[in-house]
Amino acid sequence: MPIEVEVVSRVRELYHTDKADMVIIPGSEGEMGVLPNHALLLSTLGFGELRIVEGEDIVSFVVYGGVVDVRPDKVTVLADDAESLYELDMEQIEAARERARQLMEEGVAEDERAHIVQELRRAEIAAKVHQRAMKRPGQRIRTLEDEDEA
Amino acid sequence: MPTTREIKRRIRSVKNINQVTRALEAVSASSVRKAQAAMLASRPYSQHAYNVLVGVAAQVKGTPPHPLLEVREPVQRIAVVIITGDRGLAGAYNANIVRRATQFAERYGQPTHWVTVGRKGRDLIRRWIARKRRDENAAPFLREQKLVAEFSHLPAAPDLGDVAPIARVVFDEFLDEVDEVFIAYTNFINTMTQQPRVLPLLPLRPFEPRTRDILELVEPDPEVNYSNRSYIFEPSAEAILGEIIPRFTELQILQAVRESLASEHSARMVAMRNASESAESLADALQLEYNKARQLAITSEILDIIGGVEALAQQEEAP
Repeated sequence: MPIEVEVVSRVRELYHTDKADMVIIPGSEGEMGVLPNHALLLSTLGFGELRIVEGEDIVSFVVYGGVVDVRPDKVTVLADDAESLYELDMEQIEAARERARQLMEEGVAEDERAHIVQELRRAEIAAKVHQRAMKRPGQRIRTLEDEDEA
Repeated sequence: MPTTREIKRRIRSVKNINQVTRALEAVSASSVRKAQAAMLASRPYSQHAYNVLVGVAAQVKGTPPHPLLEVREPVQRIAVVIITGDRGLAGAYNANIVRRATQFAERYGQPTHWVTVGRKGRDLIRRWIARKRRDENAAPFLREQKLVAEFSHLPAAPDLGDVAPIARVVFDEFLDEVDEVFIAYTNFINTMTQQPRVLPLLPLRPFEPRTRDILELVEPDPEVNYSNRSYIFEPSAEAILGEIIPRFTELQILQAVRESLASEHSARMVAMRNASESAESLADALQLEYNKARQLAITSEILDIIGGVEALAQQEEAP
């Protein structure tokens, strides 16, 4: 029995499938794998990689906080913010990290600091997720073209 | 028959009106696009969030893990948040949602606390409350209504921060004053169609209407089953519910505001287009009348001249 998976962020709908075999969720308390017929579960999300296994394919997203609702036949990911893996622009991420580090060294106002730390953390998570996904054998990263076909 | 000068003055004023309505139509058209995009972007999230919350609320047995989930019976007082526009000239937009909300309050049959968003709603609801208070035949619960808060002049593109004060009032009302809270807003379907509706807001739970005629006015909740299992909460029920219940309720209010805004701009655009078209056809009709009047004047002048010429000729022939 496949699981229906819905991935939405505050500003858009990212992904919907009704034939996932497994979902690996970056919960705030640690990563968890969800198979069909899972118990009802409501968990907050951490920053990390969300993987949806569909047959041979793995569809990956980077999520930055939020909530996930797990029901026996459906997983709803309500992310505060999320990106599909193929949307990640590594050069941009590297540049953002560099900028953030520099700013931190130069010293900034206290109220800006929290924001920059957050941004830096986001960039680092995105970079890590990207790196990990690249090394993973057999993972085909979906492209924008795949999305258009769907 | 009015004189040509009078008709000309009327033509000029109709044409001026036409220019104003055209300008308003153009302004609304661009606002519609922006409001619609904002509303569509957050619609999936808020719909899913709502389904999740109602699902969670359906599992709750015994003492609710969060005060906003507390179901109180019997309901003795309700609050209605009504979302309207700040300005008129939007066809029946404001009147429709106010009619829907007041109808709902009347059928519900309990004293209502009103929270209005938008200047028009404030004025219309205030007048309605005053009318019911004066009306000696009105049911006692209708005479006990009051306006508890009003918000107007929301920004053109409202965000969570802008609805937070509204949510604050809603939470306070629910915790201290009323047993149920509803929200009345205009659902955006497309540019030509907008649907005024009432949704249950608090407590969060699958809504069970008490009578059939209320059901007509309130949207049913999504179907929820799995009634025999209970939720696992991570990290803990208090932590997660304490965070998401207020936030999702705010989101729901925000979504209602966004839907209403898109509806308002569409309604105004359509109303202004109709007004422009009527102004044009009125201007055409007046132009025709003007031409006729002018022709009539010319004809009668010519008749005068010819009459004079004839008379002169007869005088010359006579002697």
